[in-house]
Amino acid sequence: MSVMTSNKHSATPTPPSRKRNSLSKGKLPRWAVPATAAGAIIIGAALSTLTGFSVATFAIYSAVLFVIAATVLTSAVEGKRQGRNAMWTYLIYGSFLLALIPLASVLYTVLEKGLPGMSSHFLFTSMNGVTGAVDNQTVADGTPVLGGAYHALMGTLLITLWATVISVPVGMLTAIYLVEYGKNGPLSKAITFFVDVMTGIPSIVAGLFAAAFFGLILGPNARMGIVAAVALSVLMIPTVVRSTEEMLKIVPNELREAAYALGVRRWRTILKVVIPTAISGIASGVTLAIARVIGETAPILVTAGIASQINTNVFANWMSTLPTFIYYQILTPTSPTNIDPSVQRAWAAALLLILMVMALNLGARLIASLFAPKKGR
Amino acid sequence: MKLNRFGSAAAVLSVAALALTACGSDNPTAAAGSESASSSAASGVTGTLTGIGASSQNSAMEAWITGFKAENADANVQYSPDGSGAGREAFLAGGAQFAGSDAYLKPEEAEKAKEVCGPEGAFNIPAYVSPIAIAFNLEGVEEINMDAATIAKVFKKEITKWNDEAIASQNPDVELPDTAITVVHRNDESGTTENFVEYLKAAAGDVWDYDVSGDWPSDIQSENAKGTSGVVSTTTSTDGAITYADFSAVGKLSTVNVKVGEEYTKISAEAAAKALETATPVKDAAENDLALDLERDTTEAGTYPIVLVSYHIFCSSYKDQATVDLVKAFGNYVISDAGQKTAQDSAGNAPISAAISEKAAKSIDGITVAK
Amino acid sequence: MTTNALKSKSSTSGQAGDKIFSGTALAAGVLILVTLFAVAIFLLIQALPTFVADPADISGGEGFFAYIWPIVIGTVIAAAIALLIATPVGIGVALFISHFAPRKVAGPLGYVIDLLAAIPSVIYGAWGYMVLAPALVPIFEWLAANLGFIPIFAGPASQTGKTMFTAGIVLAVMVLPIITSLSREIFLQTPKLHEEAALALGATRWEMIAMAVIPFARPGIISAVMLGLGRALGETMAVALVLSTGNLIPSLIKSGNQTIAAEIALNFPEAFGLRLAELIAAGLVLFMITLIVNMIARGIIARHKEFSGAN
Repeated sequence: MSVMTSNKHSATPTPPSRKRNSLSKGKLPRWAVPATAAGAIIIGAALSTLTGFSVATFAIYSAVLFVIAATVLTSAVEGKRQGRNAMWTYLIYGSFLLALIPLASVLYTVLEKGLPGMSSHFLFTSMNGVTGAVDNQTVADGTPVLGGAYHALMGTLLITLWATVISVPVGMLTAIYLVEYGKNGPLSKAITFFVDVMTGIPSIVAGLFAAAFFGLILGPNARMGIVAAVALSVLMIPTVVRSTEEMLKIVPNELREAAYALGVRRWRTILKVVIPTAISGIASGVTLAIARVIGETAPILVTAGIASQINTNVFANWMSTLPTFIYYQILTPTSPTNIDPSVQRAWAAALLLILMVMALNLGARLIASLFAPKKGR
Repeated sequence: MKLNRFGSAAAVLSVAALALTACGSDNPTAAAGSESASSSAASGVTGTLTGIGASSQNSAMEAWITGFKAENADANVQYSPDGSGAGREAFLAGGAQFAGSDAYLKPEEAEKAKEVCGPEGAFNIPAYVSPIAIAFNLEGVEEINMDAATIAKVFKKEITKWNDEAIASQNPDVELPDTAITVVHRNDESGTTENFVEYLKAAAGDVWDYDVSGDWPSDIQSENAKGTSGVVSTTTSTDGAITYADFSAVGKLSTVNVKVGEEYTKISAEAAAKALETATPVKDAAENDLALDLERDTTEAGTYPIVLVSYHIFCSSYKDQATVDLVKAFGNYVISDAGQKTAQDSAGNAPISAAISEKAAKSIDGITVAK
Repeated sequence: MTTNALKSKSSTSGQAGDKIFSGTALAAGVLILVTLFAVAIFLLIQALPTFVADPADISGGEGFFAYIWPIVIGTVIAAAIALLIATPVGIGVALFISHFAPRKVAGPLGYVIDLLAAIPSVIYGAWGYMVLAPALVPIFEWLAANLGFIPIFAGPASQTGKTMFTAGIVLAVMVLPIITSLSREIFLQTPKLHEEAALALGATRWEMIAMAVIPFARPGIISAVMLGLGRALGETMAVALVLSTGNLIPSLIKSGNQTIAAEIALNFPEAFGLRLAELIAAGLVLFMITLIVNMIARGIIARHKEFSGAN
């Protein structure tokens, strides 16, 4: 380390041959950072070869070396504060790159395995009548895999829609109560506390609760879409409350006071000023909440059962959703002897689920941008 | 205001959903226009039958449901593979008309069944038989012979190398490598584990001194995975690994020939079906109850004793004639030759024997309307 | 704001609106309390047999406490690994998107990150045991060989890579989008004036972030981390698929350990009677862990309230 410092130190003082204007004085020349990066990569490669080469150690060594070298270099030339700035900048860039690796890997895996199964047949048919014998036949003949996820897609859409319809109003109103009306009273403290507790409900418990609740009302065999929607709402509400609450809290008080000063009623202030200011964050939070529940398997199973045919009525009969479809295609393949068709359907359904969430997300952003006040950034 | 917008977004979504509804097809296998099935609804059986239970018979159940619906177009059967325990629980609470279970009703459960099923209670019908293979992944080795004690020692991790003397002495013709044995077991509670350890306990009780349960003994720490597909894929990707799994799902893995009597039995559907014939009915069971106690330590040659029997549990009486007709029709279809054949084609399990099928038909025909 | 000076027709209707609106908001809050109360009652009733049963009948044969504490520790370990990795990285990514990346890149990036929160846990689980676990085996072996004297890296390393450490990483990847997404929104809400003031005074970009953005966003970040923690604690399928479960052991690179949520998911399908009650009781314990952690977090947030706009 110290060797390197002194090395760089002697190498980088302002070259006497080149005239520099006063603005760029005491600044690193442009080539310094790429040069440090190149050096770090070479030394990193050398070090990792010494300890038995692998891509992982190579990347780790190089990254660590680069951050240290660049930090030392910048603080030597530009001063300590700039050095720290450089270090944090590289660390933040680094964390971003680090986060990209697994995320890209997951996405790649889903795309690689999901794309072959994507077809109009897959999208627009159900699994009705597809048995292991059918799968065995397709494998033996090499024909395209039969059976699709249309029924599960419908189930996911409808159940999630109902869950959202239930939990977004309840969650948002609760958050509004907490931030705008509750003012730290005992009730608002209790709600805040118990909403936190709700985030800790294991999903299966939420499912069992909803099943038991509807069982009391409708009799023991009460599995249908709406029960699942209620179970998902129990899981979704805390996320909606929590994120909405945070977003409402950071709306500057000045905005509220300005509205009150103009004689605007409190509820209109909330609807017209506070929520539009926070809408982008709220939409993001709601999307996250949907995202949290749209992939749930266990609570769906005990509340909506599983079906292989299309059912678009959430108030009667069993329903499949994409996660239960994926789960059972992987864990109990349609044909145990030839699992490939099932695995292909499962990954295609996963891809479909991601695409669906993407569309939802886009929708949420659209809503948010329609309402968000113009901002500087 | 804002809620309105959310409302309109919801409306758009639901319209989109409705629009999508129009273009879905419930007939993915209709390539050759096999619409003829719907015309054969002469049976007059109607309604929806709900079953909850073991995931082991899920594949077979899908085949049964499809086959049954082809014969009875107005009837529907739905089955949720929540698990055996969950299935029995739901059945006893009246949440399902029948349960699929890897274990027959325990005495206290049978007692409780009288609350929902009337004074005659419920009964078990063996419907799905699946041999459990001891599967391994060892490069260059296709088949290995082992006796019960050796199997128990391997899974207890007392034998840690493939070329251990205990294995080598039973396999003089096989060249065994010096690879470490990696035991892979199920980490979820399962009927497969229960049947496997039940065999170990019965056939090699002096080595296997753990209690029989669906959970793997926690004293044996080794690799594990969730579900049959999980253990099979873990074993397939690890050289030297050994596991136990439903025979139909072992794929490319090699299997162990188990010593029964004086011979080593290769796993097969026939050998498994034979295990069912040597089984004895459970003591004190009602006449219509076909719960079986398998003889795991049988010495009869050609029998493969590690078998999973999954039951269908029905009530002796249901509240109305329509349900009784539906249950009878479905129950009889499952145990019929056609039903067992369909399941075998799809799930690769072993069929139940003719003798059991006959007895089961008698029990199912005895279902009555509750008074 | 409540002066009666200006009392026009519209303001009387406004008054009614105010009452209705605050009433509905209150009702929503109360509904949540009622629901949670119902869930708690349900859990207690279902779990009750565990606490009155003979200790010898509980799994393990030594009573509920002996059964539950190893998996409580396991749950905490898994969540701790996940948060130790995901919190710094998540905040870093959020800062990158909000303050470092060019605007044109930032939008789509935020979008992709949000998306990742939606990948179902089954997929993360499948990815974990198919892609991640095998890739980690050499690293585990290296750790066992070189750092094996530290108990958490004691060897021999697992041959399949299905360990607590792997499960922790999978959980970290799963909670990362949650932390990033919420923190990013908060960072973007930092008053522009504060940032510009800091820069105008000659602060470097990092100093601006450290002095203006982070203090403003701290409660929000904690909230985000808590939501992430909620998912990490309650995650079932990913852990169930990735982890080779077993008894509680200190080493993170051998198969072993178990979490509450995975224990429930793995055993629930075959459970009945007392075993079912045990699992529900385990759910109750998970509940309480979340409760304690959240109380601590709320405590921290309360101390930094002065930065929050609404208070």
